[in-house]
Amino acid sequence: MLKVTGLNKVFNPGTINEKTALDDVSLYLKPGDFVTVIGGNGAGKSTLLNCIAGVYRQEKGSIELDGLRIDNLPEHKRAKYLGRVFQDPLMGTAADMEIQENLALALRRGTFRSLSWGVTAKEKIEFRKQLASLGLGLEDRMSVKVRLLSGGQRQALTLLMAILNTPKLLLLDEHTAALDPKTARKVLELSDRFISSMSLTCMMVTHNMRDAIAVGNRLIMMSQGKIILDVNGEEKKKLTVEQLIRMFSSRAGEEIINDRMVLG
Amino acid sequence: MEQILLGAVSLGLLWSIMTLGVYISYRVLDVADLTVEGSITLGASVCARMISTGGDPFLALLVAFFGGMAAGLATGLLHTKLRIPALLSGILTMIALYSINLRVMGMANVSLLRMTTAYSILGSLLGLSKTVSVILLGGLMALAIVFTLYWFFGTEIGSAIRATGNNPRMVRAQGVNTDSTILIGLMLANGLVALSGGLIAQSQNYADVQMGTGAIVIGLASLIIGEVLFGKRSFLSRLLSMLFGAMTYRVIIALVLRLGMPADDLKLFTALTVALALSLPRFKDLRDTLKVSMNGRKSHA
Ligand SMILES: Nc1ncnc2c1ncn2[C@@H]1O[C@H](COP(=O)(O)OP(=O)(O)OP(=O)(O)O)[C@@H](O)[C@H]1O
Ligand SMILES: [Mg+2]
Repeated sequence: MLKVTGLNKVFNPGTINEKTALDDVSLYLKPGDFVTVIGGNGAGKSTLLNCIAGVYRQEKGSIELDGLRIDNLPEHKRAKYLGRVFQDPLMGTAADMEIQENLALALRRGTFRSLSWGVTAKEKIEFRKQLASLGLGLEDRMSVKVRLLSGGQRQALTLLMAILNTPKLLLLDEHTAALDPKTARKVLELSDRFISSMSLTCMMVTHNMRDAIAVGNRLIMMSQGKIILDVNGEEKKKLTVEQLIRMFSSRAGEEIINDRMVLG
Repeated sequence: MEQILLGAVSLGLLWSIMTLGVYISYRVLDVADLTVEGSITLGASVCARMISTGGDPFLALLVAFFGGMAAGLATGLLHTKLRIPALLSGILTMIALYSINLRVMGMANVSLLRMTTAYSILGSLLGLSKTVSVILLGGLMALAIVFTLYWFFGTEIGSAIRATGNNPRMVRAQGVNTDSTILIGLMLANGLVALSGGLIAQSQNYADVQMGTGAIVIGLASLIIGEVLFGKRSFLSRLLSMLFGAMTYRVIIALVLRLGMPADDLKLFTALTVALALSLPRFKDLRDTLKVSMNGRKSHA
């Protein structure tokens, strides 16, 4: 489904601030793969997702999605195939627009926008059903401005927007990190439910090792712009947090991982 | 007095179309667009040139509108394609327009006295006085534009433009080219500003290359007055409040002039008013923090 080959990304090349964020990264995802991505601060996790999404242009390497080269397309063209949820709950929605208007924008991802209505009555009926599936009571507040929602509600809405128009690949970048533990669990459960019920291919970055083990069928660990661990299927199911920490120290050559990463 | 008020209202209606343009750039797109100062004069220059050479005054308004759109396009391209900051892009186009406006008119100012304007046509057709025909035409056009904008910003393209002013990153993630939405928004905004300039020139019977100076501040003053006095509820009421804001601004100016303020101080007065209005939220924050710290002290005692 996703084929990343020899990806290199250098920030501020040729200056004293030069930073190799991705160092020859290759990754192949099968359709329906749900990969969790862990790694320390600055390991390159976000950069990898952002290169796939077209926020940044890579220096070297290629990105193929479902047989199509996407690494030359601008961000808004790649959006046709991608659903994205960001760490910052404010990032994924338009605050001064209504819930239903946000959903309508997302429903039109990848389609040509014309002068027909931005939201139709028929769509509103669908949105109501879909919002109800979140179990947050948002279906009765469809014309409320998103600004008035809590972080968790906004994140759940962004998630719904990301999958509304079924993406070929769902990119979640620490999308529960800014939420309180209870809300974070709820949003993670929702994500897991949508991903399995729709058989989505997904990459989910997280700092929480327990979450990284609990969901998905595959886990990769990154350090200094490289993938240093890639665990699959049965082997992944049996992983423990302690094992992960040990593997991290031995492979990354670093002693401790920060607390946030262990405890989440 | 009544005559003064009527004059202020008619002028306000013509300026309200410019205020709607400023609303699109400043509020919808979240861009402080200084192109406005040049494009309002461009509209006036185009109308002056066309009418003084025997052209149709309504056609002149249409050409003014398209001219303004071209000015918005120039600013938009500088900003989106060349990545020049929006404020600077606007200033560049504004400066360029000064020369262009001089070329359009062929001189620094053009008088339209005793020539056929849109108002004189309307006036003689319906047997109306000048002021009444200005109010009629200005009011009709302003309302038609309000309802057109209301429709437009409800469409797929319009929604994408609104979202761009809110959160461009999210809009790109939803597959929209934010360069295009910014371009469309700036073109529409400056088209309206130039149309307003054309209507103003025809009503005062002259165009002057300096007439745009300070226009952005007048637009912002009207916008803020409209929002503060006439509410921020639905999108339609926001658009309508721009009309009331522009008219109220003109009435206020007429009143302070009548109360004896020298006309030369007008721009200073307007600038101070806008500075005050724009800083109101800051004062409110300050008051809230003061309140919190006071309460905090009380609970400690
Ligand atoms: N826009 C940018 N400009 C310059 N350097 C950047 C930029 N984005 C990331 N970097 C650098 O690239 C490296 C990788 O950053 P990235 O954000 O991908 O890390 P991450 O694994 O997502 O870390 P975190 O867990 O802190 O989110 C870091 O050293 C970072 O400082
Ligand atoms: Mg990150």
